[in-house]
Amino acid sequence: MTMLLIGVFLLSLLVITAIAIVRSEDLFSAVMLSGIFSLLMALNFFLLDAADVALTEAAVGAGVATVLLLAGLRLIPPKEAPGRPLRALSVTVIAATALLMIYASFGQPTLGDPLAPTQQHIAPWYIEKTPELIDIPNIVTAVLSSFRGYDTLGEVFVVLTAGIGVMFLLGGGRGKPFSRLDSQAEQGLSGHLIPKVMARLLIPFILLFALFIQFHGEYSPGGGFQAGAIFVAGIILYSLVRGEGLALSVIPPRALLLMSAGGALLFGSVGVAGMLMGGNFLEYSVLAENPVIGQHIGIIVIELGVGLTVTGVLLSIFHAFAARD
Amino acid sequence: MSEILDLIAGLLVVTGCVFVLAGGIGALRMPDFYTRIHGASLTDSLGPVLVLGGLMVNAGLTLISVKLAAVMLLLMVTSPTATYALANAALLAGLKPEGVEHDTTEPEKPA
Repeated sequence: MTMLLIGVFLLSLLVITAIAIVRSEDLFSAVMLSGIFSLLMALNFFLLDAADVALTEAAVGAGVATVLLLAGLRLIPPKEAPGRPLRALSVTVIAATALLMIYASFGQPTLGDPLAPTQQHIAPWYIEKTPELIDIPNIVTAVLSSFRGYDTLGEVFVVLTAGIGVMFLLGGGRGKPFSRLDSQAEQGLSGHLIPKVMARLLIPFILLFALFIQFHGEYSPGGGFQAGAIFVAGIILYSLVRGEGLALSVIPPRALLLMSAGGALLFGSVGVAGMLMGGNFLEYSVLAENPVIGQHIGIIVIELGVGLTVTGVLLSIFHAFAARD
Repeated sequence: MSEILDLIAGLLVVTGCVFVLAGGIGALRMPDFYTRIHGASLTDSLGPVLVLGGLMVNAGLTLISVKLAAVMLLLMVTSPTATYALANAALLAGLKPEGVEHDTTEPEKPA
């Protein structure tokens, strides 16, 4: 009952935030509200026991995406362009679609219904076979990186492609991303004592936490995607207080590009290694004598690849935005 | 013994909630930006610290308490910094506190 009340409360807040985002003409407040939206969404995911997804949503949606949107805001006017008046046709289409979706939602099984088709199909097999075949406590990681490794490989390449696209759009356009950054080294907030001291205090812990999320992902919620986003948040904090130039000398643009491409390559080569050792593509069981150990090795290596790519791409995008002043 | 502990935990949580509520009312009702963030800073400094303290008393000497203490430490460090950064940014952007005439970013000259 309490859970239901909290869920209803959070969902109403979500609706209110969504309406506020649509209605606000100031783009800055729209961005901040979308951060709040992501945070509420993360809480909702957590209520539904999806801790991995909640962690991703909080780290990427509420954290890094908000920062990237704010960086993007510097390139455009602060107010929303005056919209055209509502057309009767579009309102009708939207209203009809919304009504149809509400109607369809009545046909959905109740939340957590054991007889729902999703719980009957392949989920019981995952739950039953994970301890036997992979032997890690976090079934989400097992599904994500082993049973459905192809999907994750695709996702990593989507992230890489998005990063390449942003580089082409923002990065100088002559095959030299960050070219404008090398000349100027901003000071950041280094004149402000309190944020500087606090950030220097927190950054090691943020990076340590990212590494924990990365390498403890088989045992607790987490994995490469979340770890990458948290790591990037730490570096972004560093570049805010110490200036863009120092952050770039810590992890130079070349290293970022290598990380982005190298992570995806690492993931792919684990798959090829499986083929060379006599298995199928992305079959980790053949990587070691004991199939379970092979699975562990495969999962740890591909999660590292995911983390590297996410870190490289997100940081490259941040620097690319920051370079265009 | 455990009843007294429960009572202390409940009292701490309720007091924390009162501070969060007061902070929320302050953020809505105060006259200008600086007094508003002064009110709002209650909701993320004193309020959660009391609530988390209550939860720690409730959890006793367990791993949960250690985790709550870590969260509390993080909040005690980050929230005042965030409030400071917000107020500082507003001051640098030229927003003057209500009723202040001179330029607050320049130090006052001794008479």
